[in-house]
Amino acid sequence: MTQPMVKAENVYKSFGRLEVLKGINIEVAPRKVFCIIGPSGSGKSTFLRCINHLEKIDAGRLAVNGELVGYHERGGLLHEMRERDVAAQRRKIGMVFQSFNLFPHMTVLGNVMEAPINVRGEAKAIVLERATKLLERVGLEDKMNNYPSQLSGGQQQRVAIARALAMEPELMLFDEPTSALDPELVGEVLDVMRKLAEDGMTMIVVTHEMNFAREVGDALVFMDGGVVVESGNPRDVLSNPQHERTKTFLSKVL
Amino acid sequence: MSSNSTQGRPEAIRAVPVRHPGRWVAAGVIAILAIMAVHAVITNTRFHWAEQAKYAFDASVIAGVKTTLMLTFFSMLIGVVLGIILAIMRLSSNPLVSGAAWLYIWIFRGTPVLVQLLVWASLGALFPTLGLGIPFGHLFFSARTFDLIPGLAAALLGLGLNEAAYMSEIVRAGILSVDEGQSEAATALGMTKMLTLRRIVLPQAMRVIVPPTGNETISMLKTTSLVAYVPYYELLFKVQNIYTRTYQVMPMLIMASLWYLAMTSILMTGQYYIERHFARGSLRTLPPTPVQRFRTRFLGISG
Ligand SMILES: Nc1ncnc2c1ncn2[C@@H]1O[C@H](COP(=O)(O)OP(=O)(O)O)[C@@H](O)[C@H]1O
Ligand SMILES: [Mg+2]
Repeated sequence: MTQPMVKAENVYKSFGRLEVLKGINIEVAPRKVFCIIGPSGSGKSTFLRCINHLEKIDAGRLAVNGELVGYHERGGLLHEMRERDVAAQRRKIGMVFQSFNLFPHMTVLGNVMEAPINVRGEAKAIVLERATKLLERVGLEDKMNNYPSQLSGGQQQRVAIARALAMEPELMLFDEPTSALDPELVGEVLDVMRKLAEDGMTMIVVTHEMNFAREVGDALVFMDGGVVVESGNPRDVLSNPQHERTKTFLSKVL
Repeated sequence: MSSNSTQGRPEAIRAVPVRHPGRWVAAGVIAILAIMAVHAVITNTRFHWAEQAKYAFDASVIAGVKTTLMLTFFSMLIGVVLGIILAIMRLSSNPLVSGAAWLYIWIFRGTPVLVQLLVWASLGALFPTLGLGIPFGHLFFSARTFDLIPGLAAALLGLGLNEAAYMSEIVRAGILSVDEGQSEAATALGMTKMLTLRRIVLPQAMRVIVPPTGNETISMLKTTSLVAYVPYYELLFKVQNIYTRTYQVMPMLIMASLWYLAMTSILMTGQYYIERHFARGSLRTLPPTPVQRFRTRFLGISG
Protein backbone atom coordinates (compact mmCIF):
# COMPACT_ATOMS: atom_id res chain seq x y z
CA MET A 1 0.00 0.00 0.00
CA THR A 2 1.27 3.48 -0.81
CA GLN A 3 1.70 6.07 1.87
CA PRO A 4 -1.46 8.17 2.41
CA MET A 5 -1.26 11.82 1.38
CA VAL A 6 -3.01 12.86 4.57
CA LYS A 7 -3.29 10.81 7.69
CA ALA A 8 -5.20 12.07 10.72
CA GLU A 9 -5.12 9.98 13.86
CA ASN A 10 -7.37 10.91 16.73
CA VAL A 11 -7.13 14.64 16.06
CA TYR A 12 -8.54 16.97 18.72
CA LYS A 13 -8.96 20.71 18.56
CA SER A 14 -10.63 23.20 20.91
CA PHE A 15 -11.21 26.93 20.78
CA GLY A 16 -11.07 27.85 24.44
CA ARG A 17 -13.74 25.72 26.07
CA LEU A 18 -15.41 24.76 22.81
CA GLU A 19 -14.21 21.39 21.61
CA VAL A 20 -14.57 21.44 17.82
CA LEU A 21 -12.75 18.28 16.72
CA LYS A 22 -13.16 15.23 18.92
CA GLY A 23 -10.94 12.51 17.60
CA ILE A 24 -10.88 12.64 13.81
CA ASN A 25 -9.42 9.62 12.01
CA ILE A 26 -9.01 9.99 8.28
CA GLU A 27 -6.78 8.70 5.53
CA VAL A 28 -6.61 10.36 2.15
CA ALA A 29 -4.98 8.33 -0.61
CA PRO A 30 -2.83 10.11 -3.20
CA ARG A 31 -4.47 11.11 -6.51
CA LYS A 32 -7.92 10.71 -4.99
CA VAL A 33 -10.77 13.13 -4.33
CA PHE A 34 -11.85 13.05 -0.72
CA CYS A 35 -15.13 14.78 0.11
CA ILE A 36 -16.25 16.04 3.50
CA ILE A 37 -19.90 16.84 4.10
CA GLY A 38 -21.75 17.78 7.24
CA PRO A 39 -23.89 20.46 8.86
CA SER A 40 -22.60 23.96 9.51
CA GLY A 41 -20.48 24.16 12.65
CA SER A 42 -19.51 20.49 12.60
CA GLY A 43 -15.78 21.34 12.33
CA LYS A 44 -15.16 20.77 8.60
CA SER A 45 -13.34 24.07 8.03
CA THR A 46 -11.39 23.68 11.25
CA PHE A 47 -10.17 20.26 10.21
CA LEU A 48 -9.15 21.55 6.79
CA ARG A 49 -7.28 24.43 8.40
CA CYS A 50 -5.44 22.02 10.67
CA ILE A 51 -4.08 20.21 7.63
CA ASN A 52 -2.03 23.24 6.57
CA HIS A 53 -1.45 24.34 10.14
CA LEU A 54 -3.56 27.49 9.98
CA GLU A 55 -4.84 25.99 13.24
CA LYS A 56 -2.78 24.00 15.73
CA ILE A 57 -4.16 20.66 16.83
CA ASP A 58 -4.33 19.94 20.57
CA ALA A 59 -3.95 16.17 20.54
CA GLY A 60 -3.49 13.33 18.09
CA ARG A 61 -1.33 13.23 15.00
CA LEU A 62 -1.71 14.78 11.62
CA ALA A 63 0.72 14.01 8.82
CA VAL A 64 0.89 15.12 5.20
CA ASN A 65 2.88 12.83 2.93
CA GLY A 66 4.40 11.16 5.96
CA GLU A 67 5.56 14.42 7.55
CA LEU A 68 3.97 15.68 10.78
CA VAL A 69 2.26 19.03 10.24
CA GLY A 70 3.87 21.84 12.26
CA TYR A 71 6.15 19.63 14.37
CA HIS A 72 9.48 17.87 14.18
CA GLU A 73 9.71 14.57 15.98
CA ARG A 74 13.04 14.00 17.67
CA GLY A 75 13.73 11.37 20.30
CA GLY A 76 10.06 10.70 20.92
CA LEU A 77 9.42 14.40 21.58
CA LEU A 78 7.50 16.85 19.44
CA HIS A 79 9.28 20.15 18.75
CA GLU A 80 7.34 23.07 17.38
CA MET A 81 8.53 24.03 13.92
CA ARG A 82 9.93 27.47 13.24
CA GLU A 83 7.76 29.78 11.15
CA ARG A 84 10.03 29.29 8.15
CA ASP A 85 9.63 25.52 8.20
CA VAL A 86 5.86 25.64 8.63
CA ALA A 87 5.71 28.04 5.68
CA ALA A 88 7.78 25.59 3.65
CA GLN A 89 5.30 22.80 4.45
CA ARG A 90 2.37 24.97 3.40
CA ARG A 91 3.89 25.61 -0.01
CA LYS A 92 3.06 22.05 -1.00
CA ILE A 93 -0.58 22.42 0.05
CA GLY A 94 -2.93 24.63 -1.95
CA MET A 95 -6.04 26.06 -0.35
CA VAL A 96 -9.18 27.50 -1.90
CA PHE A 97 -11.54 29.47 0.31
CA GLN A 98 -15.26 29.97 0.27
CA SER A 99 -14.75 33.74 0.00
CA PHE A 100 -12.00 33.53 -2.70
CA ASN A 101 -9.64 35.87 -0.79
CA LEU A 102 -7.94 37.11 -3.94
CA PHE A 103 -5.52 39.98 -3.41
CA PRO A 104 -7.58 42.97 -4.59
CA HIS A 105 -4.60 45.26 -5.18
CA MET A 106 -3.05 42.92 -7.73
CA THR A 107 -4.20 41.94 -11.19
CA VAL A 108 -5.29 38.39 -11.93
CA LEU A 109 -1.82 37.65 -13.24
CA GLY A 110 -0.25 39.34 -10.22
CA ASN A 111 -2.30 37.13 -7.90
CA VAL A 112 -1.14 33.97 -9.63
CA MET A 113 2.52 35.01 -9.88
CA GLU A 114 2.90 36.48 -6.39
CA ALA A 115 3.82 33.38 -4.39
CA PRO A 116 6.02 31.59 -6.95
CA ILE A 117 8.12 34.75 -7.33
CA ASN A 118 8.24 35.98 -3.75
CA VAL A 119 8.01 32.71 -1.84
CA ARG A 120 9.82 30.26 -4.09
CA GLY A 121 12.06 32.90 -5.63
CA GLU A 122 11.47 31.68 -9.17
CA ALA A 123 12.41 33.69 -12.23
CA LYS A 124 9.67 35.94 -13.53
CA ALA A 125 9.75 34.61 -17.08
CA ILE A 126 9.26 31.02 -15.96
CA VAL A 127 6.43 31.96 -13.63
CA LEU A 128 4.76 34.06 -16.30
CA GLU A 129 4.70 31.13 -18.67
CA ARG A 130 3.25 28.80 -16.04
CA ALA A 131 0.70 31.39 -14.86
CA THR A 132 -0.47 31.97 -18.42
CA LYS A 133 -0.95 28.25 -18.94
CA LEU A 134 -2.84 27.92 -15.66
CA LEU A 135 -5.13 30.81 -16.52
CA GLU A 136 -5.81 29.21 -19.87
CA ARG A 137 -6.59 25.99 -18.06
CA VAL A 138 -9.24 27.72 -15.92
CA GLY A 139 -10.51 29.63 -18.95
CA LEU A 140 -9.44 33.11 -17.94
CA GLU A 141 -6.62 33.93 -20.33
CA ASP A 142 -8.50 37.04 -21.48
CA LYS A 143 -8.85 38.39 -17.91
CA MET A 144 -5.16 38.29 -16.97
CA ASN A 145 -4.78 42.03 -16.61
CA ASN A 146 -8.07 42.68 -14.83
CA TYR A 147 -8.37 43.31 -11.12
CA PRO A 148 -10.41 40.83 -9.05
CA SER A 149 -13.16 43.41 -8.44
CA GLN A 150 -13.82 43.40 -12.18
CA LEU A 151 -14.58 39.65 -12.24
CA SER A 152 -17.67 37.60 -11.41
CA GLY A 153 -17.61 35.31 -8.39
CA GLY A 154 -17.09 32.23 -10.50
CA GLN A 155 -14.20 33.84 -12.33
CA GLN A 156 -12.63 34.96 -9.04
CA GLN A 157 -12.81 31.45 -7.65
CA ARG A 158 -11.19 30.05 -10.79
CA VAL A 159 -8.37 32.58 -10.37
CA ALA A 160 -8.02 31.44 -6.75
CA ILE A 161 -7.63 27.87 -7.95
CA ALA A 162 -5.00 28.93 -10.50
CA ARG A 163 -3.20 30.91 -7.78
CA ALA A 164 -2.98 27.83 -5.59
CA LEU A 165 -1.89 25.62 -8.49
CA ALA A 166 0.91 28.03 -9.38
CA MET A 167 2.81 26.73 -6.35
CA GLU A 168 2.63 23.22 -7.83
CA PRO A 169 1.06 21.70 -4.71
CA GLU A 170 0.81 17.99 -4.06
CA LEU A 171 -2.48 18.43 -2.23
CA MET A 172 -5.39 20.83 -2.71
CA LEU A 173 -7.84 21.80 0.02
CA PHE A 174 -11.21 23.24 -0.99
CA ASP A 175 -13.41 24.79 1.69
CA GLU A 176 -16.91 25.09 0.23
CA PRO A 177 -15.54 26.63 -2.97
CA THR A 178 -18.97 27.18 -4.52
CA SER A 179 -21.04 28.18 -1.48
CA ALA A 180 -20.64 31.92 -2.07
CA LEU A 181 -21.56 31.70 -5.76
CA ASP A 182 -24.79 32.42 -7.60
CA PRO A 183 -26.29 29.09 -8.73
CA GLU A 184 -25.53 29.67 -12.41
CA LEU A 185 -21.81 30.18 -11.62
CA VAL A 186 -21.33 26.99 -9.60
CA GLY A 187 -20.89 24.79 -12.67
CA GLU A 188 -17.86 26.60 -14.10
CA VAL A 189 -15.93 26.17 -10.83
CA LEU A 190 -16.92 22.52 -10.43
CA ASP A 191 -15.82 21.88 -14.02
CA VAL A 192 -12.35 23.20 -13.24
CA MET A 193 -12.20 21.02 -10.14
CA ARG A 194 -13.36 18.00 -12.10
CA LYS A 195 -10.58 18.48 -14.66
CA LEU A 196 -8.09 18.85 -11.84
CA ALA A 197 -9.27 15.55 -10.38
CA GLU A 198 -8.93 13.86 -13.77
CA ASP A 199 -5.35 15.11 -13.94
CA GLY A 200 -4.64 13.20 -10.76
CA MET A 201 -4.50 15.95 -8.12
CA THR A 202 -5.10 14.83 -4.55
CA MET A 203 -8.03 16.88 -3.31
CA ILE A 204 -9.92 17.28 -0.07
CA VAL A 205 -13.22 19.00 -0.78
CA VAL A 206 -15.63 20.32 1.82
CA THR A 207 -18.83 20.75 -0.15
CA HIS A 208 -22.60 20.82 -0.23
CA GLU A 209 -22.61 19.81 -3.90
CA MET A 210 -23.77 16.21 -3.53
CA ASN A 211 -23.74 15.58 -7.27
CA PHE A 212 -20.10 16.58 -7.46
CA ALA A 213 -19.29 14.30 -4.51
CA ARG A 214 -21.12 11.44 -6.13
CA GLU A 215 -19.59 11.85 -9.58
CA VAL A 216 -16.04 12.96 -8.77
CA GLY A 217 -15.45 11.80 -5.20
CA ASP A 218 -13.45 8.65 -4.45
CA ALA A 219 -14.22 8.71 -0.74
CA LEU A 220 -16.58 10.66 1.46
CA VAL A 221 -17.00 11.32 5.16
CA PHE A 222 -19.98 12.77 6.95
CA MET A 223 -18.95 14.90 9.93
CA ASP A 224 -21.20 16.05 12.74
CA GLY A 225 -20.36 17.52 16.12
CA GLY A 226 -16.60 17.20 15.62
CA VAL A 227 -16.56 13.50 14.79
CA VAL A 228 -16.69 11.44 11.62
CA VAL A 229 -20.09 9.80 11.78
CA GLU A 230 -19.96 7.80 8.59
CA SER A 231 -17.52 7.22 5.78
CA GLY A 232 -17.23 5.23 2.61
CA ASN A 233 -17.74 5.35 -1.11
CA PRO A 234 -19.69 8.57 -1.92
CA ARG A 235 -22.31 6.75 -4.00
CA ASP A 236 -23.02 4.29 -1.17
CA VAL A 237 -23.11 6.84 1.64
CA LEU A 238 -25.25 9.30 -0.27
CA SER A 239 -27.79 6.80 -1.57
CA ASN A 240 -27.79 4.42 1.37
CA PRO A 241 -26.74 6.19 4.61
CA GLN A 242 -26.40 3.88 7.61
CA HIS A 243 -26.63 6.38 10.46
CA GLU A 244 -29.65 8.32 11.60
CA ARG A 245 -27.71 11.62 11.68
CA THR A 246 -26.50 11.14 8.12
CA LYS A 247 -30.03 10.35 6.96
CA THR A 248 -31.43 13.48 8.65
CA PHE A 249 -28.71 15.67 7.15
CA LEU A 250 -29.09 14.26 3.66
CA SER A 251 -32.86 14.56 3.74
CA LYS A 252 -32.38 18.29 4.33
CA VAL A 253 -29.80 18.98 1.62
CA LEU A 254 -30.78 16.60 -1.16
CA MET B 1 -37.17 42.43 -25.91
CA SER B 2 -40.76 42.99 -27.04
CA SER B 3 -42.21 43.52 -30.50
CA ASN B 4 -40.82 47.03 -30.94
CA SER B 5 -37.23 45.71 -30.97
CA THR B 6 -37.84 45.49 -34.72
CA GLN B 7 -37.85 49.28 -34.88
CA GLY B 8 -34.14 49.37 -34.01
CA ARG B 9 -32.39 51.46 -31.40
CA PRO B 10 -34.40 54.58 -30.50
CA GLU B 11 -32.85 58.03 -30.73
CA ALA B 12 -30.71 59.03 -27.72
CA ILE B 13 -32.60 61.11 -25.15
CA ARG B 14 -32.07 64.86 -25.44
CA ALA B 15 -33.86 66.28 -22.42
CA VAL B 16 -33.98 69.89 -21.22
CA PRO B 17 -31.83 69.92 -18.05
CA VAL B 18 -33.39 70.91 -14.71
CA ARG B 19 -32.87 74.60 -13.94
CA HIS B 20 -31.28 75.57 -10.64
CA PRO B 21 -32.18 79.24 -10.02
CA GLY B 22 -31.06 78.96 -6.35
CA ARG B 23 -27.54 78.07 -7.43
CA TRP B 24 -27.29 81.12 -9.65
CA VAL B 25 -28.40 83.42 -6.82
CA ALA B 26 -25.89 81.83 -4.43
CA ALA B 27 -23.10 82.08 -6.99
CA GLY B 28 -23.88 85.75 -7.52
CA VAL B 29 -23.81 86.54 -3.79
CA ILE B 30 -20.53 84.70 -3.31
CA ALA B 31 -18.96 86.47 -6.28
CA ILE B 32 -19.92 89.91 -4.94
CA LEU B 33 -18.57 89.10 -1.45
CA ALA B 34 -15.33 87.83 -2.96
CA ILE B 35 -14.84 90.97 -5.03
CA MET B 36 -15.45 93.12 -1.93
CA ALA B 37 -12.92 91.14 0.07
CA VAL B 38 -10.24 91.28 -2.61
CA HIS B 39 -10.83 95.00 -3.07
CA ALA B 40 -10.52 95.63 0.68
CA VAL B 41 -7.31 93.65 0.94
CA ILE B 42 -5.63 95.17 -2.09
CA THR B 43 -6.49 98.79 -1.39
CA ASN B 44 -5.68 98.70 2.33
CA THR B 45 -2.20 100.19 2.45
CA ARG B 46 -1.58 98.68 5.89
CA PHE B 47 -1.06 95.31 4.29
CA HIS B 48 2.14 96.75 2.82
CA TRP B 49 2.04 94.54 -0.24
CA ALA B 50 5.16 96.14 -1.62
CA GLU B 51 6.99 95.33 1.61
CA GLN B 52 5.76 91.75 1.48
CA ALA B 53 6.86 91.39 -2.12
CA LYS B 54 10.26 92.77 -1.20
CA TYR B 55 10.90 90.07 1.39
CA ALA B 56 8.90 87.18 -0.09
CA PHE B 57 11.90 85.91 -2.05
CA ASP B 58 14.57 87.26 0.24
CA ALA B 59 17.45 84.82 0.56
CA SER B 60 16.81 84.27 4.26
CA VAL B 61 13.09 83.62 3.68
CA ILE B 62 13.87 81.14 0.91
CA ALA B 63 16.35 79.43 3.22
CA GLY B 64 13.59 79.27 5.85
CA VAL B 65 11.16 77.76 3.33
CA LYS B 66 13.73 75.13 2.42
CA THR B 67 14.37 74.31 6.06
CA THR B 68 10.64 74.01 6.72
CA LEU B 69 10.26 71.57 3.83
CA MET B 70 13.34 69.62 4.92
CA LEU B 71 12.11 69.40 8.53
CA THR B 72 8.67 68.30 7.34
CA PHE B 73 10.12 65.63 5.10
CA PHE B 74 12.52 64.12 7.61
CA SER B 75 10.16 64.37 10.58
CA MET B 76 7.46 62.58 8.58
CA LEU B 77 10.00 60.00 7.42
CA ILE B 78 10.95 59.26 11.03
CA GLY B 79 7.29 59.32 12.00
CA VAL B 80 6.15 56.92 9.28
CA VAL B 81 8.97 54.40 9.65
CA LEU B 82 8.85 54.36 13.43
CA GLY B 83 5.05 54.46 13.29
CA ILE B 84 4.93 51.29 11.19
CA ILE B 85 7.32 49.56 13.58
CA LEU B 86 5.25 50.66 16.60
CA ALA B 87 2.02 49.54 14.92
CA ILE B 88 3.45 46.09 14.25
CA MET B 89 4.73 45.96 17.83
CA ARG B 90 1.28 46.85 19.17
CA LEU B 91 -0.29 44.03 17.19
CA SER B 92 2.28 41.54 18.49
CA SER B 93 1.05 38.68 20.64
CA ASN B 94 4.02 39.20 22.98
CA PRO B 95 2.67 41.39 25.82
CA LEU B 96 6.10 42.90 26.54
CA VAL B 97 6.46 44.07 22.94
CA SER B 98 2.94 45.44 22.61
CA GLY B 99 3.21 46.96 26.08
CA ALA B 100 6.39 48.82 25.16
CA ALA B 101 4.70 50.27 22.09
CA TRP B 102 1.69 51.26 24.15
CA LEU B 103 3.90 53.04 26.67
CA TYR B 104 5.71 54.93 23.92
CA ILE B 105 2.43 56.09 22.41
CA TRP B 106 1.05 57.00 25.82
CA ILE B 107 4.01 59.26 26.58
CA PHE B 108 4.58 60.87 23.19
CA ARG B 109 0.93 61.44 22.41
CA GLY B 110 0.08 62.57 25.91
CA THR B 111 2.51 65.47 26.17
CA PRO B 112 2.60 68.67 24.07
CA VAL B 113 4.98 68.56 21.13
CA LEU B 114 6.39 71.96 22.12
CA VAL B 115 7.37 70.54 25.50
CA GLN B 116 9.00 67.56 23.78
CA LEU B 117 10.95 69.90 21.49
CA LEU B 118 12.18 71.94 24.44
CA VAL B 119 13.10 68.78 26.35
CA TRP B 120 15.24 67.53 23.45
CA ALA B 121 16.81 70.95 23.05
CA SER B 122 17.71 71.20 26.71
CA LEU B 123 18.49 67.57 27.39
CA GLY B 124 21.98 68.79 28.25
CA ALA B 125 20.63 70.23 31.47
CA LEU B 126 19.38 66.80 32.55
CA PHE B 127 22.22 64.68 31.17
CA PRO B 128 25.26 66.93 30.57
CA THR B 129 27.07 64.06 28.88
CA LEU B 130 25.73 61.08 26.98
CA GLY B 131 27.70 57.87 26.83
CA LEU B 132 27.57 54.26 25.85
CA GLY B 133 28.75 51.61 28.25
CA ILE B 134 27.88 48.96 30.80
CA PRO B 135 25.51 50.29 33.49
CA PHE B 136 27.60 51.22 36.59
CA GLY B 137 30.61 49.83 34.75
CA HIS B 138 33.01 50.71 32.00
CA LEU B 139 32.17 53.60 29.70
CA PHE B 140 33.15 53.04 26.08
CA PHE B 141 32.30 56.42 24.78
CA SER B 142 30.91 59.69 26.01
CA ALA B 143 30.32 63.18 24.64
CA ARG B 144 28.77 66.47 25.62
CA THR B 145 25.03 66.27 25.02
CA PHE B 146 24.96 69.62 23.27
CA ASP B 147 27.49 68.43 20.68
CA LEU B 148 25.52 65.26 20.08
CA ILE B 149 22.13 66.93 19.83
CA PRO B 150 22.43 70.26 18.05
CA GLY B 151 19.36 72.28 17.12
CA LEU B 152 18.62 70.27 14.00
CA ALA B 153 18.72 66.95 15.83
CA ALA B 154 16.56 68.29 18.64
CA ALA B 155 14.05 69.54 16.08
CA LEU B 156 13.94 66.25 14.20
CA LEU B 157 13.79 64.16 17.37
CA GLY B 158 11.04 66.29 18.85
CA LEU B 159 8.90 66.35 15.72
CA GLY B 160 9.65 62.85 14.43
CA LEU B 161 9.26 60.91 17.67
CA ASN B 162 6.02 62.71 18.46
CA GLU B 163 4.71 62.05 14.97
CA ALA B 164 5.55 58.35 15.25
CA ALA B 165 3.05 58.01 18.08
CA TYR B 166 0.25 59.39 15.90
CA MET B 167 1.37 57.54 12.77
CA SER B 168 1.44 54.22 14.61
CA GLU B 169 -2.25 54.57 15.44
CA ILE B 170 -3.02 55.44 11.84
CA VAL B 171 -1.02 52.48 10.54
CA ARG B 172 -2.59 50.16 13.09
CA ALA B 173 -6.08 51.22 12.00
CA GLY B 174 -5.01 50.57 8.41
CA ILE B 175 -3.70 47.09 9.17
CA LEU B 176 -6.85 46.21 11.10
CA SER B 177 -8.99 47.37 8.18
CA VAL B 178 -7.62 44.62 5.94
CA ASP B 179 -9.79 41.50 5.89
CA GLU B 180 -8.35 38.56 7.82
CA GLY B 181 -8.93 36.32 4.82
CA GLN B 182 -6.13 38.18 3.07
CA SER B 183 -3.36 37.19 5.46
CA GLU B 184 -4.91 33.74 5.70
CA ALA B 185 -4.69 33.27 1.93
CA ALA B 186 -1.11 34.55 1.96
CA THR B 187 -0.16 32.25 4.82
CA ALA B 188 -1.72 29.30 3.00
CA LEU B 189 0.49 30.12 0.01
CA GLY B 190 3.52 29.71 2.24
CA MET B 191 4.27 33.36 2.87
CA THR B 192 5.89 34.31 6.17
CA LYS B 193 4.36 36.95 8.45
CA MET B 194 6.78 39.65 7.33
CA LEU B 195 6.29 38.92 3.63
CA THR B 196 2.51 38.88 4.10
CA LEU B 197 2.68 42.23 5.84
CA ARG B 198 4.89 43.77 3.18
CA ARG B 199 3.24 42.39 0.06
CA ILE B 200 -0.39 41.84 1.02
CA VAL B 201 -1.51 43.69 4.14
CA LEU B 202 0.34 47.03 4.07
CA PRO B 203 -0.41 47.81 0.39
CA GLN B 204 -4.11 47.36 1.12
CA ALA B 205 -3.86 49.20 4.41
CA MET B 206 -2.47 52.18 2.47
CA ARG B 207 -5.96 53.11 1.33
CA VAL B 208 -6.86 53.77 4.94
CA ILE B 209 -3.41 55.09 5.90
CA VAL B 210 -2.79 57.66 3.16
CA PRO B 211 -5.58 60.22 3.75
CA PRO B 212 -4.84 60.79 7.45
CA THR B 213 -1.10 60.72 6.67
CA GLY B 214 -1.63 63.55 4.20
CA ASN B 215 -3.39 65.37 7.00
CA GLU B 216 -0.48 64.68 9.31
CA THR B 217 2.02 65.95 6.73
CA ILE B 218 0.15 69.21 6.26
CA SER B 219 -0.16 69.54 10.00
CA MET B 220 3.57 68.80 10.35
CA LEU B 221 4.46 71.51 7.86
CA LYS B 222 2.85 74.03 10.17
CA THR B 223 4.04 72.42 13.39
CA THR B 224 7.63 72.89 12.23
CA SER B 225 7.11 76.56 13.08
CA LEU B 226 7.43 75.50 16.73
CA VAL B 227 11.10 74.71 16.29
CA ALA B 228 11.70 78.46 16.22
CA TYR B 229 11.81 77.92 19.99
CA VAL B 230 14.49 75.21 19.92
CA PRO B 231 15.86 77.37 18.34
CA TYR B 232 16.17 76.24 14.79
CA TYR B 233 16.03 78.41 11.73
CA GLU B 234 12.93 77.58 9.73
CA LEU B 235 10.54 79.88 7.90
CA LEU B 236 8.79 81.48 10.87
CA PHE B 237 12.09 82.10 12.66
CA LYS B 238 13.43 83.90 9.60
CA VAL B 239 10.28 85.99 9.25
CA GLN B 240 10.41 86.90 12.92
CA ASN B 241 13.98 88.04 12.37
CA ILE B 242 12.80 90.33 9.61
CA TYR B 243 9.93 91.90 11.48
CA THR B 244 11.94 92.52 14.62
CA ARG B 245 14.09 94.70 12.36
CA THR B 246 11.36 96.33 10.28
CA TYR B 247 8.43 96.31 12.74
CA GLN B 248 6.12 95.20 9.91
CA VAL B 249 4.63 92.37 11.94
CA MET B 250 1.32 91.76 10.15
CA PRO B 251 2.61 91.97 6.58
CA MET B 252 5.41 89.55 7.39
CA LEU B 253 3.07 87.10 9.12
CA ILE B 254 0.71 87.22 6.13
CA MET B 255 3.63 86.64 3.82
CA ALA B 256 4.69 83.63 5.88
CA SER B 257 1.10 82.32 5.79
CA LEU B 258 1.04 82.63 2.01
CA TRP B 259 4.19 80.55 1.88
CA TYR B 260 2.65 77.92 4.14
CA LEU B 261 -0.50 77.92 2.01
CA ALA B 262 1.52 77.45 -1.16
CA MET B 263 3.39 74.51 0.35
CA THR B 264 0.28 72.81 1.76
CA SER B 265 -1.44 73.20 -1.63
CA ILE B 266 1.38 71.32 -3.29
CA LEU B 267 1.16 68.61 -0.63
CA MET B 268 -2.61 68.28 -1.16
CA THR B 269 -2.09 67.74 -4.88
CA GLY B 270 0.50 65.08 -4.16
CA GLN B 271 -1.89 63.40 -1.72
CA TYR B 272 -4.61 63.23 -4.39
CA TYR B 273 -2.38 61.28 -6.74
CA ILE B 274 -1.07 58.96 -4.02
CA GLU B 275 -4.62 58.12 -2.95
CA ARG B 276 -5.54 57.44 -6.55
CA HIS B 277 -2.54 55.10 -6.87
CA PHE B 278 -3.55 53.01 -3.87
CA ALA B 279 -7.19 52.81 -4.99
CA ARG B 280 -6.11 50.39 -7.72
CA GLY B 281 -8.22 47.26 -7.64
CA SER B 282 -10.67 48.46 -5.03
CA LEU B 283 -12.50 50.74 -7.41
CA ARG B 284 -13.71 49.36 -10.69
CA THR B 285 -12.72 52.55 -12.47
CA LEU B 286 -10.28 55.07 -11.05
CA PRO B 287 -11.57 58.62 -10.52
CA PRO B 288 -10.30 60.99 -13.23
CA THR B 289 -7.27 63.15 -12.55
CA PRO B 290 -8.00 66.90 -12.42
CA VAL B 291 -6.47 67.23 -15.88
CA GLN B 292 -8.73 64.50 -17.28
CA ARG B 293 -11.75 66.05 -15.55
CA PHE B 294 -10.93 69.44 -17.05
CA ARG B 295 -10.67 67.92 -20.51
CA THR B 296 -14.01 66.10 -20.33
CA ARG B 297 -15.88 68.99 -18.76
CA PHE B 298 -14.63 71.90 -20.82
CA LEU B 299 -13.32 70.40 -23.99
CA GLY B 300 -15.78 67.53 -24.33
CA ILE B 301 -13.03 64.94 -24.84
CA SER B 302 -13.24 61.78 -22.84
CA GLY B 303 -10.63 59.10 -22.26
N1 LIG C 1 -11.12 30.83 15.46
C1 LIG C 1 -12.19 30.35 16.14
N2 LIG C 1 -12.41 30.73 17.41
C2 LIG C 1 -13.47 30.26 18.10
N3 LIG C 1 -14.36 29.39 17.61
C3 LIG C 1 -14.20 28.96 16.35
C4 LIG C 1 -13.12 29.43 15.54
N4 LIG C 1 -13.21 28.84 14.33
C5 LIG C 1 -14.30 28.05 14.37
N5 LIG C 1 -14.90 28.11 15.58
C6 LIG C 1 -16.09 27.36 16.01
O1 LIG C 1 -15.84 26.00 15.76
C7 LIG C 1 -17.00 25.37 15.32
C8 LIG C 1 -16.74 24.63 14.02
O2 LIG C 1 -16.49 25.60 13.02
P1 LIG C 1 -16.13 25.22 11.54
O3 LIG C 1 -14.97 24.33 11.54
O4 LIG C 1 -16.01 26.50 10.79
O5 LIG C 1 -17.43 24.43 11.07
P2 LIG C 1 -17.93 24.10 9.60
O6 LIG C 1 -16.87 24.47 8.64
O7 LIG C 1 -18.22 22.64 9.62
O8 LIG C 1 -19.18 24.87 9.41
C9 LIG C 1 -18.08 26.42 15.21
O9 LIG C 1 -18.88 26.36 16.37
C10 LIG C 1 -17.32 27.69 15.20
O10 LIG C 1 -18.05 28.73 15.78
MG1 LIG D 1 -16.92 25.94 7.11
